Amino acid sequence: MTRPILQAKDLHVAFNGVKAADGVSMEVRDGEFLAIIGPNGSGKTTLLNICTGYIRPKSGRVQLDGQDITQLSPRAIARRGVARAFQIPQLFSAQRVIDNMMLALAAKRGLWSAVRPLETAARREEAKALLELVGLADDSERISSTLPEGHRKLLDIAVALALKPRLLLLDEPTSGVSALERFQLMEALMGALRHQQITALFVEHDMEVVARYASRVLVWNAGNIMAEGLPDKVFSNAEVRERVVGVA
Amino acid sequence: MSNAIIPLLLDSLASAALIFFAAVGLTLVFSVLRVLNVAHGTLYSIGGYVAASACLFIASRQLNPYLSFVALLFSAVFVAATLGPLIERSLIRWTYGKSEAVQILITFGLFLILEDLQRLIFGVQSFYEDAPMRLLGTTSIGGVVYLNYQILLIGLALLVVIGLRLLINHTRLGRLITAVVADREMAQSIGIDTNRIFILAFSLGVFLAALGGALATPTSGVAPGLGADIMVLAFAVAAIGGLGQIEGAAVASVIVGLARVLAIYWVPALDAVAPYAAMLVVLLIRPYGLFGSVTARRI
Amino acid sequence: MRMILAAAAVLILAALPVFAPWLQFVLTLAIAKGFAALGVAVLLRAGLISIGHAMFFAASAYGVAFLARAGVNDFAVLLILSVLTAALFGAVAGAFLVRYRAIFFAMLNLAVSMVFYALCAKLYGVTGGTDGMAVPIPGIFGVVLAEPAFKSVLFYLSLTLMVLVGFAVHRYLNSPLGHALSAVHTNEIRLEYLGIPVWAVLLIAYVVSAALAGLGGAIAGFAIGRVVPEFAFWTASGHLVLIAVLGGIGGVPGAFLGALFLELLHSAAVTVTDAWNLIVGVALIIVIMFMPQGFYGLLSRKEASSL
Repeated sequence: MTRPILQAKDLHVAFNGVKAADGVSMEVRDGEFLAIIGPNGSGKTTLLNICTGYIRPKSGRVQLDGQDITQLSPRAIARRGVARAFQIPQLFSAQRVIDNMMLALAAKRGLWSAVRPLETAARREEAKALLELVGLADDSERISSTLPEGHRKLLDIAVALALKPRLLLLDEPTSGVSALERFQLMEALMGALRHQQITALFVEHDMEVVARYASRVLVWNAGNIMAEGLPDKVFSNAEVRERVVGVA
Repeated sequence: MSNAIIPLLLDSLASAALIFFAAVGLTLVFSVLRVLNVAHGTLYSIGGYVAASACLFIASRQLNPYLSFVALLFSAVFVAATLGPLIERSLIRWTYGKSEAVQILITFGLFLILEDLQRLIFGVQSFYEDAPMRLLGTTSIGGVVYLNYQILLIGLALLVVIGLRLLINHTRLGRLITAVVADREMAQSIGIDTNRIFILAFSLGVFLAALGGALATPTSGVAPGLGADIMVLAFAVAAIGGLGQIEGAAVASVIVGLARVLAIYWVPALDAVAPYAAMLVVLLIRPYGLFGSVTARRI
Repeated sequence: MRMILAAAAVLILAALPVFAPWLQFVLTLAIAKGFAALGVAVLLRAGLISIGHAMFFAASAYGVAFLARAGVNDFAVLLILSVLTAALFGAVAGAFLVRYRAIFFAMLNLAVSMVFYALCAKLYGVTGGTDGMAVPIPGIFGVVLAEPAFKSVLFYLSLTLMVLVGFAVHRYLNSPLGHALSAVHTNEIRLEYLGIPVWAVLLIAYVVSAALAGLGGAIAGFAIGRVVPEFAFWTASGHLVLIAVLGGIGGVPGAFLGALFLELLHSAAVTVTDAWNLIVGVALIIVIMFMPQGFYGLLSRKEASSL
């Protein structure tokens, strides 16, 4: 339960002099659902960008299962079983919802077939099942750019799930999702994570969501971790309440 | 050696100056309108045809031959004033904000249309009237004879660089253009009439192309196919300098001119390859051109 | 239903030269350009516009001429080798070019093709300069045919290849690899995060497109009996893009339909008017302006990809 999957050690990164990560060390442990909270612009997305190889830290290391992945590309890290869902959904917007899913499923196996069609009965079934899981079953034939924002968000998560990752990084999964659908989404997501035994890290702004679902919380502020621990313990910390949660 | 290479150098720089007129127009239009106009070369050749027709008319009526200099300039003004606003209003404006592919295709369509119109109006024979060149005569320095007209071309190209820089940095219109280049939406929101800027900038681009074509007629004449040839050359120069960079286009045309000299000197067969080879090398190393950059939007 | 329509169209094409022999040349050339336009259309899927594919068209035709000069005289060998030449060319050029996008990709393709064009036009001793090179009539499995018979064989072979290759490209575009290609246009970041190497997807597409253009060029070389540098000029590349776009809405058959339509209309129009390019230019502009969402979303600007 406590073996770390992902470890970041002493990360430093700055944009135009603003320190997005200033000596950050953290770890994601096997099987947990780790939330990262913190004010806007405090560098939470940057952490995800570093962990997935999208940007390189000025110094420090990222390890996956003890192996250094700091210099790897997003592609190589994805192939090692780390998937990502984005704050702004990254979809193949001109394609159908089902095609987004099937391409992700095909990518998992390596897509080096130029002769067999993308759409096979088996792959379609699998895609459908995942869409069902996140509640997009009725949208499967729509062009994904026509989906409402909340559904695009769901599809983005479903695409990440289709990679059957060991570790899933979610960047504000509930932003853009209506308050009504927020908990439905989280329930579906938690179900999928448990079902596929996926460890996850999620950046989140909705404290209610964090309090209800996270197994552990990291509080990020000004490029560093200011507190960490179980949700109720963290939320009872006065400084965290003032700076992050927004209630004095 | 120098006796052979200096006239060659002058010759190359003079033809580079002609390409520069086309290239700087192309780059200016790209910078302000963010449209790569594939029909730009044809505007050059139309300028050439109009100028040649005017010069031939002057010659046939035995008017004062110095009028042909006026004719060269006014041909370019005429082409710019008629075709500039017309093309910008009817076609180019439609492509604003569209993808590059669409802009290239639309202007390629325009290229086909203009090429045919040019052929229908001026026929397929080549036009050539060298009165302006003969009038200026030659200069002999140290036993080497130079065509004064070629020196004039290089001087005019320099004048255009300086003139454009002064226009952009020191006039009200220039400041408006700079604002539009920097941020179109912002310029619009503070009340700049961007449509007017677009028409003016596009017409200025047409004028420069047509001027190049007009100035080319006394040296090399105009013939069908000139527009397509000039298009790629102008494009090569603009791309080497960095699309949107005025001084970049000037430096690039010198580079292209020198590359041609070197090619003629060592491998004469490859003189026509030189500009494209230079473009290829530069773009592979710096896709944004020598003076362009990924983020800079300046003029 | 669509299969029946396609079959009927191919049969009509096959029968046309029987009734109007002069059409055979026009149709052969149209199919040749159709192949090249299909190559351009493959790259358009990824949102990449190449104003340089006439180079591969020309390279393959020159390949045939060189091989024939070197003594290779078998039709099948010539065809296969020249297409491989174009594919090899595509692999080398593509290895450099698939890193670039949008206008830079278009510009670099233009630059490469113009270097090629200028070399063909200037290396008089090797390529015959602007006179070009003759493409002789090859033997077919050892049998040397008279010109009319060879041209008929060429036409029916082109027609057969159109069906076979067209079907293969259709399969390719529907495969995971083909879908990944379209996905390059919409979201490269997501592709990377799916673990898909974008450059490999593009390089494969580039080689396929070069080979298709090469196949077209070889056929055109045989049909015309000569290859000239103009094959590679940028306006020829522009025409290929034009055909690909005009026919683009129809998928794989679209490229051939576009080419056939243009070539047939051309041969009809030249008898009436000589303002052919004017008509094509106007048509192109009208099609682009009034087809709001056509062409694989070519008109829609790429979404902002920020994380």
